[in-house]
Amino acid sequence: MASKVIQALYNDDDVLMHAVKKVRAEHHHIEEVYTPFPVHGLDKAMGLEDTRIAITSFMYGCLGLTVAIVMMNYIMIEDWPQDIGGKPSFSYLANMPAFVPIMFEMTVFFAAHLMVITFYLRSRMWPFKKAENPDVRTTDDHFLMEIGVHDNEKELTDLLWETGAVEINVTEKES
Amino acid sequence: MYTFSNRLKIGSFIAMGLGLIFLAIGFVSAPSTVEEAKAIVASAHGDGHGGGHAEATEDHGGDQTHGEAAAHGKEASHDEGHDASHDEHLLHQLQNRPWAALYVAAFFFFMIALGVLAFYAIQRAAQAGWSPLLFRVMEGITAYLVPGGIIVFVILVLSVLHMNHMFVWMDSEVVAHDELLQGKAGYLNPTFFLIRAAIFLGGWIFYREYSRKLSLAQDESDDNSNFVKNFRWSAGFLVFYLVTESMMSWDWIMSLDPHWFSTLFGWYVFASMFVSGITVIAMVSIYLKSRGYLEVVNDSHIHDLAKFMFGISIFWTYLWFAQFMLIWYADIPEEVTYYVARFQDYKLPFFGMLVMNFVFPLLVLMNSDYKRVNWFVIMAGIVVLLGHYLDIFNMVMPATVGDQWHIGLPEIGGILFFGGLFVFWVFNTLTKAPLLPKRNPFIEESRHFHY
Repeated sequence: MASKVIQALYNDDDVLMHAVKKVRAEHHHIEEVYTPFPVHGLDKAMGLEDTRIAITSFMYGCLGLTVAIVMMNYIMIEDWPQDIGGKPSFSYLANMPAFVPIMFEMTVFFAAHLMVITFYLRSRMWPFKKAENPDVRTTDDHFLMEIGVHDNEKELTDLLWETGAVEINVTEKES
Repeated sequence: MYTFSNRLKIGSFIAMGLGLIFLAIGFVSAPSTVEEAKAIVASAHGDGHGGGHAEATEDHGGDQTHGEAAAHGKEASHDEGHDASHDEHLLHQLQNRPWAALYVAAFFFFMIALGVLAFYAIQRAAQAGWSPLLFRVMEGITAYLVPGGIIVFVILVLSVLHMNHMFVWMDSEVVAHDELLQGKAGYLNPTFFLIRAAIFLGGWIFYREYSRKLSLAQDESDDNSNFVKNFRWSAGFLVFYLVTESMMSWDWIMSLDPHWFSTLFGWYVFASMFVSGITVIAMVSIYLKSRGYLEVVNDSHIHDLAKFMFGISIFWTYLWFAQFMLIWYADIPEEVTYYVARFQDYKLPFFGMLVMNFVFPLLVLMNSDYKRVNWFVIMAGIVVLLGHYLDIFNMVMPATVGDQWHIGLPEIGGILFFGGLFVFWVFNTLTKAPLLPKRNPFIEESRHFHY
């Protein structure tokens, strides 16, 4: 379904921040903001929810720790016990200090990689995906705010010019 | 200006008084002859061994004679294996106990002030923008370096004067029969030991006093010259500190086990003092905020301190484990004795410390939102501080009192006395200058700090 959106371009992040606050104060729904670099505080100004990726990271870390314990228990204790440095592998607990570095690394490995993958998927970014960026200038020195139009094009346009936009386009957008 | 609340002042005096009484009881009840020492150990057996089980038998009351009889039986069988030197060793351990309790507590509170001094110098040298609002709090805590350092120094002097047997290498009789100690005598001899201690303490106290003077002068000046000077002195101090802190940890703690050595011991002690110091900065700041002072210190500052508490707790564990694992794996007798003593006789404090210093802060301070909840940081801080007291306890006690350790009157007395002195000294210093620096060039950045 195609929807009509208005795209306002800014060339300064401070102007953009004020514009976002003003548009929100007028109770318009900002669909997306495209910026060439992370703008500090923009998420709060847009009223985005806090990220929950830290929780997934904790769970992935627990998973990594479990995998490391099970893996080392199988390799070093059950499948092929060896006597290393006069410490025969009779039980996992007795040899545990030797496995701590592996437990630590696997925890970090799982937490980090799965968190990144989760982030990509949640942001709907996967290989060969066509970029959603509406204007290439947002990768250079421009900031773009996108607002859905619901029979209030004139009002919105006036408001956006007022907030210091340098360019305003109204387009149909596939979604 | 901050005024020292009467309740806190009276509280600190009561703690000091109680602590003194407990310590005095500890010193008076220490045995002075071999027979007394044996009697104490025998009755401890009657009460149940090692303090931990004492309550169980004490409940019986009437069974006391039975317990004693059993203990006598045990003692009699032990006696056959005992020789005179063993008994004397036991006497020294029991005589050491109040001294060691005093030393652990004295060092622990001193080390908090020293850890804060290092943190403060890093903020100065890095010209950090977030922390200048907390400088007066840090300066207040580092004021304790002077009394704390002098007390530790006096204890070391008394050790050199053979008032106790904590440092065995100070005993020329022992050195005469010990080739390893003879080899180390060029470094590890009483005179050089005290000279080094005086240099360390002199350098730290000098930097603390001079930096404080510059910090106060900056408030009244009309340029930034004091600030720049403070930056240079702080950078220089950090170099001095890193070397001397490491040597201090060898001298004052590692030499308690003079045959044993660990190359990262200095870092390990540093991590302990750093995390304790940062925890105390957070706790004092939160206390002052709750009393209506430091209103410009916001949750982001507390959040940053809590992040440091979390991070340095993990750093401490990393160093603890790095030291432990290599020694455990290599299993070289002269190294591994250190941990054998702790695994056999110190199970509860040793593993309890790991839980309090690692597992607890890891789980409790992981969540970003919790680090902004002030009472939560205080609660976590109390556990972390107790855990690091136990850490010092585990470093000092096995070498000085062996398996004759308890957490009893002298230990609690030490904590109360030095805790009271610490609180009194720190908060008394806080009344001496305005709690907010006026003319620090970063003060506006610190005021608006939010993450």
